[in-house]
Amino acid sequence: MIKYNFRKFILLSIIIFAFISPSKSEEQNKILKVDWSFKGLTGKFDRAALQRGFQVYKEVCSSCHSMQYLSYRNLGESGGPEFSTEEVKAISASIEIEDGPDSQGEMFTRPGRPSDKFKSPYPNVNASIAANGGAYPPDMSVLVKARPGGSNYIYSVLMGYEDPPTGMILDDGVYYNKYMTGNKIKMSAPLLDEIVEYSDGTKATVDQMAKDVTTFLSWAAEPELEDRHKTGVKVIIYLILLTILVYLSMRKIWSGIDSEV
Amino acid sequence: MSDHEYTPKSKAGKWFNDRLPLLTLGAHLTDYPTPKNLNYWWTFGGILTFCLLTQIITGIVLAMHYVAHADLAFASVEHIMRDVNFGWLIRYIHSNGASMFFLAVYIHIFRSLFYGSYKSPREVIWIIGLMIYLLMMAAAFMGYVLPWGQMSFWGATVITNLFSAIPLVGDSITTWLWGAYSVDNPTLNRFFSLHYLIPFLILGLVVLHIWALHVPGNNNPVGIDIKKPSKDTVPFHPYITIKDAFALLMFMIIFAGFVFFSPNVLGHSDNYIPANPLVTPAHIVPEWYLLPFYAILRSVPDKLGGVVLMFGAIFILFVLPWLDTSKVRSAVFRPIYRQFYWIFLADVLMLGYMGAMPAEGIYLILARVGTIYYFLHFIVVLPVVGLLEKTDPIPMSISEPVLSGGAEPSLAKKNNDKI
Repeated sequence: MIKYNFRKFILLSIIIFAFISPSKSEEQNKILKVDWSFKGLTGKFDRAALQRGFQVYKEVCSSCHSMQYLSYRNLGESGGPEFSTEEVKAISASIEIEDGPDSQGEMFTRPGRPSDKFKSPYPNVNASIAANGGAYPPDMSVLVKARPGGSNYIYSVLMGYEDPPTGMILDDGVYYNKYMTGNKIKMSAPLLDEIVEYSDGTKATVDQMAKDVTTFLSWAAEPELEDRHKTGVKVIIYLILLTILVYLSMRKIWSGIDSEV
Repeated sequence: MSDHEYTPKSKAGKWFNDRLPLLTLGAHLTDYPTPKNLNYWWTFGGILTFCLLTQIITGIVLAMHYVAHADLAFASVEHIMRDVNFGWLIRYIHSNGASMFFLAVYIHIFRSLFYGSYKSPREVIWIIGLMIYLLMMAAAFMGYVLPWGQMSFWGATVITNLFSAIPLVGDSITTWLWGAYSVDNPTLNRFFSLHYLIPFLILGLVVLHIWALHVPGNNNPVGIDIKKPSKDTVPFHPYITIKDAFALLMFMIIFAGFVFFSPNVLGHSDNYIPANPLVTPAHIVPEWYLLPFYAILRSVPDKLGGVVLMFGAIFILFVLPWLDTSKVRSAVFRPIYRQFYWIFLADVLMLGYMGAMPAEGIYLILARVGTIYYFLHFIVVLPVVGLLEKTDPIPMSISEPVLSGGAEPSLAKKNNDKI
């Protein structure tokens, strides 16, 4: 298909698109880029980072942010933090879950089970907005997939707390963030050095915690990621081999015909 | 259409075939004489059939787990992604499958435009194809609404609001479409119902599309009528089946690349935010395959005018066989039309890009230029070029690709009829 001006067309398109593509002078600060272990064709989550990230979520984020689509059992499933069965049972049992109604029509509380969904910090969205100065702390189940830039964006926002530039006046309860859209955020800097104590001896710097919790949130949004990558490599290898076989068969079948395939 | 009558070998086969000639149909499909010079742009018919069946099969499975309710739809999609065995795979095939379906259909349509496959005697094939394309757009739009994310909700709001531009009865029609006074649960319910129905309508039209194709037979890159069967043709099986299979596999590799390694790159991240009627997204953008029409819609300052032009941009294709005045089908022998073909393709791509950009400044100006040119191509360029263009000599058959001496195209066509 090099014939019939196809080349001219490609050239023309490149010129047109070069002419109209937006100039790079964007006001918004470019988000930070991290070389995540789970990117790429064979990317996998860092198991230890996932476990540490869960700790950060549990001890810091979960006081405001729900994760309503996850269950405690997910924490023990393959491709995730892979806590042991005992650990998952212990984690869920430490949460009080409201259940019922019982045979008397009363609601009651009981220790959580691995099959329970993550307990939300607020009974409903309005309660969470009321408790957070009018801003909704978004549910974190699919947050990474719900933001352009994904993992890098979440990490950037966590790292983007700074003093506002001179002349910028912020209302009470509003904070300056370098990477947030509009540079204003209603969440105060959630991470401070040593705000959590890692059991594996990793030093809990803000950068370390931001990376760990972003890894955890990336897994939460795409718990199938490792399975997807593994299956994908197999599927594509299979398809390439089959394509070669079919190509050779095609050459053989068409060999008697005076036309190119 | 095959040159010999088919008779089943077995007695039982003959008994059945006398009552319902399915075996004759099978033999016809197998022997169907196909031009031997078809290039790979002709493999997209088979690829599209694969796309349709993939969407139907994955869609039926998804419908077993999906809940069409405004309060539950988003959660049920997450349930599919997390708890249903291979639910993530089925959903990603279905959502990326829609994009692959449109990629294939656009290649199919632009192949037809280059080689003049819409011209006599294939106008009905072309029109049925456009009806399929229209239904595809309706199905894709409604399907995008079902996860009930922010883009679902606001996309549905923008598109259904287009009907309110109709004078006098517009608002009533919009309310009737919604089943409420805004996009709400009744809208989601009926969209689900229609989203399930439309693919089967498409399937029926595909049967008619292929039936209509089998009356005159395939067009081909040279664009001339050929005698069937002859040394210019090959039986559909095994020659075309194996070639289609090869092309389909290449297509599936790209498809798999999206599904397994960047399943969300063609979607919008806002659709992972649950629908919220109180918060409007900064930019409401449709899926990529609708962007050229979205650009045309927004390029007109008047709402009704925009809607009319947008639908006009699609419906003008229905009269394309009569707007193109050239008797020569293939652009290979039309040196002037060929230039305009590439300009038109660039114009459509540019409109698509403008549809993704905010409608302001240079983008709006270029979108307007692109819109005007889109219509000029059909209303002015095609009729005029067809009349004035001096076409290149046309070969008399596929086996003799070059006609010595460079005779008049009309003469070549006459000779060709006799062969």
